[in-house]
Amino acid sequence: MDKVIIAQNLSLSYKEFETIISKATFSIDAGSFVFITGASGSGKSTLLKSLYGAIEPKQGQLTVGGVKMNRISTSKLNFLRRHIGIVFQDYKLIKEWTIEKNVMLPLIISGYTSDVSGTQVQKLLGHVKLIHQAGKYPLELSGGEQQRVAMARALAHNPILILADEPTGNLDEYSSSVIWSLLEGANSQLKTTVVVVTHHIPETLNVPYKHFHIDAGNINEIA
Amino acid sequence: MKSLKNHISLIIALFTVLASVQIYVAVDRTIAAYETRLKDDYSVIVVANKAFTAEEFKSMSSMIERSESISTTQVLDRLKGEMSQKNLELLRLTLPKFYRIYLNRYPSPKEINNLQHLLQRNPSVERVEGFAQTHDTIYKLMLLFKNVVQIFSIAIAAVTSMLILKEMRLWQFQHAERMSIMALFGAPVWLRSAVLFRLAIVDAIIATIILSFSFFLIDYYGFLIAQLKAIGISVQLFDFVNDALRSLVIALGISITLTFMIVIFPNEEK
Repeated sequence: MDKVIIAQNLSLSYKEFETIISKATFSIDAGSFVFITGASGSGKSTLLKSLYGAIEPKQGQLTVGGVKMNRISTSKLNFLRRHIGIVFQDYKLIKEWTIEKNVMLPLIISGYTSDVSGTQVQKLLGHVKLIHQAGKYPLELSGGEQQRVAMARALAHNPILILADEPTGNLDEYSSSVIWSLLEGANSQLKTTVVVVTHHIPETLNVPYKHFHIDAGNINEIA
Repeated sequence: MKSLKNHISLIIALFTVLASVQIYVAVDRTIAAYETRLKDDYSVIVVANKAFTAEEFKSMSSMIERSESISTTQVLDRLKGEMSQKNLELLRLTLPKFYRIYLNRYPSPKEINNLQHLLQRNPSVERVEGFAQTHDTIYKLMLLFKNVVQIFSIAIAAVTSMLILKEMRLWQFQHAERMSIMALFGAPVWLRSAVLFRLAIVDAIIATIILSFSFFLIDYYGFLIAQLKAIGISVQLFDFVNDALRSLVIALGISITLTFMIVIFPNEEK
């Protein structure tokens, strides 16, 4: 099976001197659903950031979607990010843009025509039950609704990989269930690889998954 | 309100640059119009012992536009009563030829001297009077004023460009969140910065419209033009099509170049 993520002796540091992940070796198969857990400050988010190029490996090798992340050029990084969907705990929506335009962002960046983008956005807003809110601005929505918008945005361009950092951390039960069902759907129907950093793995998940746990700078797969 | 304030800052800065350039252009045009007036009034007198055609004079210097012969009849007519007809005829035959030479531009004192030497090289030319000493003092003052305005315009452009750069850094800071989110989804630099370019282009257009309107009013109501006419200068201070177009090109050039600078060299203080 193809590997979407390959890490060999990967060391990451949060600040210049503080090594937070030490010589980790692991790989993630294409089309798999992966949870990364660990205590607060264990390096979960740092690991996730390294997967979308916000942090460079301090040592070792990291390959994401066939692209080497060590000393990656801006153009290669932009190319890679156009094939990744990211969901943040703090949503990271553009507050001056409408919900519709926020969801359209990856499609605008990838150069899709407005017809294609419009259809795709309408479909996704329907999935996240926010079609009636399309013309509103992020700050007019609740936290749960904003995260559903962020989820729709992450799926808009049919990415090969979805990275989610505590996607349901602050959400109500309904919004959490929408998020998990969308992640499950993307994984099971579109074969999108999903990597979720979280404190709690949901019990009601209907897809097989792998579980990595970070402890004292080591990444261990839990059976 | 804050956004409006930022726009006004850039528009005023761009307007200042455009106004200084337009003032320089207007001064240059005024001097050119004054030069034309001086040129039309100015001529070099040549005394020769043989007849010259206009073409012969033109072949001596590229500055010579045309020449005309100065008639001696009037002078000889005045002498009719005092001299015999025979002597008068003798004088008519021996009298040199006088020419008035007009130039295609108003010359500098140095050019007048050079022209004098050039004409005097011809053995048939006996004397050349260039009136170099009467070179216009007002004209010299105007040239000095033009140089001062030019230096002033360059200084304004330099200082204002730095102010615009600071203003654009503020814009960049205000839009930093949006730009960083776009970067997370792989937007190239030009797409992330599109908002800055859009603002710069809009403000450049607004500054050009304000400048064009202001100078159009000055030209239309004509209080400056009336003053210039009083000293014999007829000039158009603002050419609506060409000047507005040039101002737009300058405003867009400055704003787009400075936006490129802040995009390519991001602020290291952040």
